Amino acid sequence: MMERIMHPTPEEHQPNGEPEHQSKSAINGSIARQATIDAFKKLNPVNMVKQPIMFVVWIGCLLAIGYTIFIDEMRGFNLTVSIILFLTVLFANFAESIAEGRGKAQADSLKASKADVMARKRVGQLIQSVSSATLRKGDIVFVRAGEYVPGDGEIIKGLASIDESAITGESAPVIKEAGGDFSSVIGGTLVVSDEIEVRITSNPGESFLDQMIALVEGASRQKTPNELALSTLLTSLTLIFLLVVMTLPVFTNYLGFDLSGPILIALLVCLIPTTIGGLLSAIGIAGMDRVTRFNVIAMSGKAVEAAGDIQTIILDKTGTITFGNRMASEITPVGGRTAEQAFEGAILASLADETPEGRSVLELAELRAMPVEQHWLDGAEIVPFRAETRMSGLNLRDGRRVRKGAGQAIQEWVKEQGGTIPNDLQEKVDAVSRLGGTPLVVAIDATILGVIYLKDTVKPGMRERFDRLREMGIKTVMCTGDNPLTAATIAREAGVDDFVAECKPEDKIRVIQQEQAAGHLVAMTGDGTNDAPALAQADVGLAMNSGTQAAKEAANMIDLDSNPTKIIEVVEIGKQLLMTRGALTTFSIANDVAKYFAIIPAMFMVAIPQMEVLNIMRLDSPTSAILSALIFNAIIIPMLIPLAMRGVTYKPMTADQLLGRNLLIYGLGGVVVPFIGIKIIDVLLASIL
Amino acid sequence: MWTQFMIQFWILLVIALCAAVLLGRYIGIYFAPVAERRVDTIGKVERRLLLLLGVDEKKHDQSWVGYSKSLLLVNLLFFIGGYLLLRFQGILPLNPNGAANLDWSTALHTTISFMTNTDQQHYSGEALSYLSQTFVLGTMLFVAPTMAFTVCIAVIRGLANKPLGNFYADFFRFIFRILLPISFVFGLAMILLGVPQTFGGAVSVTTLEGAKQLIYRGPVAAFEVIKQLGNNGGGFFGANGAHPFENPNQFVNFIQMFLMLLIPMSLPIAYGKIIGSAKQGRLFLGVMTLLFIMMTVGMAGSLLANPTAHGQELRFGQIGTALYSSITTAAETGAVNAMHDSLHPLAGLIQLGNMMLNVVYGGAGAGFLNVLLYAFVAVFLTGLLIGRTPTFLGKKIETFEVKMIAIALLVPPFLILVGTAISMYAAPGVAGISNPGYHGLSQVLYEFTSATANNGSGFEGLGDANVYWNVSTSFALFFGRYIPLILMLAIVGSLKAKPSVPQDEFSFKTDTPLFGTVFLGTVVLVGALTFLPVLVLGPVADWLTM
Repeated sequence: MMERIMHPTPEEHQPNGEPEHQSKSAINGSIARQATIDAFKKLNPVNMVKQPIMFVVWIGCLLAIGYTIFIDEMRGFNLTVSIILFLTVLFANFAESIAEGRGKAQADSLKASKADVMARKRVGQLIQSVSSATLRKGDIVFVRAGEYVPGDGEIIKGLASIDESAITGESAPVIKEAGGDFSSVIGGTLVVSDEIEVRITSNPGESFLDQMIALVEGASRQKTPNELALSTLLTSLTLIFLLVVMTLPVFTNYLGFDLSGPILIALLVCLIPTTIGGLLSAIGIAGMDRVTRFNVIAMSGKAVEAAGDIQTIILDKTGTITFGNRMASEITPVGGRTAEQAFEGAILASLADETPEGRSVLELAELRAMPVEQHWLDGAEIVPFRAETRMSGLNLRDGRRVRKGAGQAIQEWVKEQGGTIPNDLQEKVDAVSRLGGTPLVVAIDATILGVIYLKDTVKPGMRERFDRLREMGIKTVMCTGDNPLTAATIAREAGVDDFVAECKPEDKIRVIQQEQAAGHLVAMTGDGTNDAPALAQADVGLAMNSGTQAAKEAANMIDLDSNPTKIIEVVEIGKQLLMTRGALTTFSIANDVAKYFAIIPAMFMVAIPQMEVLNIMRLDSPTSAILSALIFNAIIIPMLIPLAMRGVTYKPMTADQLLGRNLLIYGLGGVVVPFIGIKIIDVLLASIL
Repeated sequence: MWTQFMIQFWILLVIALCAAVLLGRYIGIYFAPVAERRVDTIGKVERRLLLLLGVDEKKHDQSWVGYSKSLLLVNLLFFIGGYLLLRFQGILPLNPNGAANLDWSTALHTTISFMTNTDQQHYSGEALSYLSQTFVLGTMLFVAPTMAFTVCIAVIRGLANKPLGNFYADFFRFIFRILLPISFVFGLAMILLGVPQTFGGAVSVTTLEGAKQLIYRGPVAAFEVIKQLGNNGGGFFGANGAHPFENPNQFVNFIQMFLMLLIPMSLPIAYGKIIGSAKQGRLFLGVMTLLFIMMTVGMAGSLLANPTAHGQELRFGQIGTALYSSITTAAETGAVNAMHDSLHPLAGLIQLGNMMLNVVYGGAGAGFLNVLLYAFVAVFLTGLLIGRTPTFLGKKIETFEVKMIAIALLVPPFLILVGTAISMYAAPGVAGISNPGYHGLSQVLYEFTSATANNGSGFEGLGDANVYWNVSTSFALFFGRYIPLILMLAIVGSLKAKPSVPQDEFSFKTDTPLFGTVFLGTVVLVGALTFLPVLVLGPVADWLTM
């Protein structure tokens, strides 16, 4: 139902890796049409006044129109100025609309999953069928397989597998159960199996989905601290130039000549930083949007901005750096069985198991040259993993039943069939646990054959990612419950900078506070309720969508894919956002040099012919000089929209290298480009006029 | 001619830079935050004296608000005292020449002008009694530069993330340790070189033609040395540095130029010392010097290429005039040894440019505060280019600081452009212009620029000795001086309260040549482009239509 389901994995989806793909999808036909309409709607003065720089241009445009209508000289010139100014404002509005448009497209698809459903609500002892829209915080509802969860809530009884693809784009169902860290459910998701009792935790209009829609639509967007500071400075530059232009007619009047209103307006508009003024909010919205495209919902632009400043990232070992007890590394026979018997049971139980654990058993078997034959599956009945049985396996054609699962579950299953538990089982299971691994027990019918040791393995590519973070100046700290020895091994293997062993959730807060006291901005990921305080303490807290409601509320970002390493991409996007803002500001201000050289001589040349000396660009005539500068000033905005949307390319390097590179492109470029641009426009204009 | 100029210029520059580096290190050591300050014998004496006055530096650290309040209070007291003494100088002692009471607007303008380290003079030096000269103006010559110095040193301490210090202690110690000793040494040198120093009245002589002439004298040497050292610039005599008693010969002329540059040049070094990064101090000094060289060479070019001695003091020639008039506007002193009004229009352009930028060293303290202001702007505008929110010395520059920066940036253009515009429009303003046209615009522009930048030199030729000019420029003097000082204290107060972001190779560096370029670009783009249109209409048009 949503295009967003096609999520590339972070590994192949680097922020800089897909400008081609993104810029195309960024400005497609329907979004552009809608944005054009919105650009006109935004001309409303109530809206314009929020952006002081473009508001000045807008007022200037209205004044120029007034001159065109009421003053009977230079009508053609005044009209041209009015049109160019109008386009300048329109282009700026268009930039903002197009940035918002991309969010709106996503919001629309989200809204589709927000349709009303019927909910079975508990009223006293009875169950009543009500519309989901009437549900309030605290209501209890029942949801069973095939039904949609009517609202955000907490499972208070039962467990179920739930298809959350509407929200996350991830098609594999997830298991949620009462108590523990996986008890929260989201309205609009589909229960695939079992039945649960849910306590609703949000009122209508405040649900997670509502928040998401508001966020991607940009409706609740507020200016971020740095954006606010930058607008302040740009506004003061605008005021300064307003002073410059408003005092100018007094001087020329004294000197015995007059400058027409539209010429002064043209000068003002060229001098004030319209380029960045017109693109500033688009940059912010596009930055948020890039985060959303990574399937991360940022609760505020402030969080994205803070991500750029992050100097320390705290990561859990399990599930983040390592797969989290998922790879089979050894299969040990119990009760006097042979290794071959144990392997046979494990292979049969895993043959139809598509989970990483299952596949890793088969990989291990092949590594040990044990026979694995797909035809064993022929005629066999597949028993999938179910939350309440906690085991999976096969019922073979010959009637044998093979299972693997949690120690307790298999033991009960064997006992039910009258089997006995081997004496050495507990010992073997404990041994695996002591190593920090997860034991799975394998049985065929009433006989327990062996124990599978699922070992934690560092995810491939982690070392490269940590190297990249180091190049960005970010330190990684790994938190793990392992003993220091194991922790050190994993830390070395993964290439993190530092680790905290035997780490309890409350220790994370301490680590964050220590880092913050040293002046670092800290990011962390987490999913459990006991991660919530740390998520709140961190400057950027990324909660997993699979996590608890408490964790999600404490965090300022939520990863819908529940991929903890995505924090790295978020940081890069944050940096990109800040750099883009800086680049366009530098470019915009540097443009003034050329515009001055175009306009100043042109303005005074009529009254003081000697000013021709200053016309170093050899522009055709005063009129064409002023118009060229003004046209350049207008069209540079739409020309830079793709850059504002996509963001400046970011490669990890030292601050000096980054500054040098960006200054060369946007600073020096900002001085040179308008000289060329204005000259070209002037040549074109001269041939037309 | 060029070779001669270059030799003189480089000798002066090298001597001044060497002396400034030494003085800067000295200031860095003895004006460091109390906890890190080296204590010598003088320091012990200072501490005793301060304790007698009830100030214990070790305990009486001030917040930026406290520091500002003390600053304003002391200024107010000096202002009231100075105003009353000038108003009633006619009936007060030490008035051998019988100078009359000053009228209210001249007294107002003179007091504000001297208290703000500007020393713009709308009266002639001979109109004051010795009491006024010595005890009012003479005192203010010491006090006024000290005000900006104290703020500057407090701001530097704040940037080093240390306590700002105590205003009264800084005030006292700057005069006691820096101004008085240097003044004494160079005052003696000037007396030896022929500058008069006496409380005797004017001498009446009969000239060769038989006419009677009054020759005014007075304690000129003492006045002269602090006038230059403190970047004050007010002349003992109306003719200022062109008067043979103030500036009798090439040697004295040289000493005067040296003294003007000394303190402003030394502050970046002191800054580097106190924040613990000599490299950063040298970078600022380097960029300022680069600008200074460009301006001064440009000035010499405009004068030497036009071999007319118009408005120049023949004793110093074109070279002496070019150097002096560039330095006096660069260091915001305002002493003049030539008639700026009569120089080549492009010379006027450079003088105006020096004052408008106000960072080509700038006045003692005030100039370096401006350097820091532009550094903040440069960091804020380009800091984002490294993908982090902007930090200066590990402190984040955020909305509050930017608001203060924005106001500080807005004040000079406002005072200069609006002041000039009103005067070009209002009848009493236009009436003062002696040379209508482009040059007239330059005259008025110069007057307000000089007032706002606390320079004090006049383009002259402007009839400014009346109520209109006294009052209008008083506004420029007052706000041009105090608003930036208070804003800079506020910015540093706010920065100091923030946690420091540790610096590593991924932090924005402010001590590299690259940042020097960014800083220079910011000064030129933000500072100069503002005034380009009016400069084009004034001196540039004046030149093009010559």
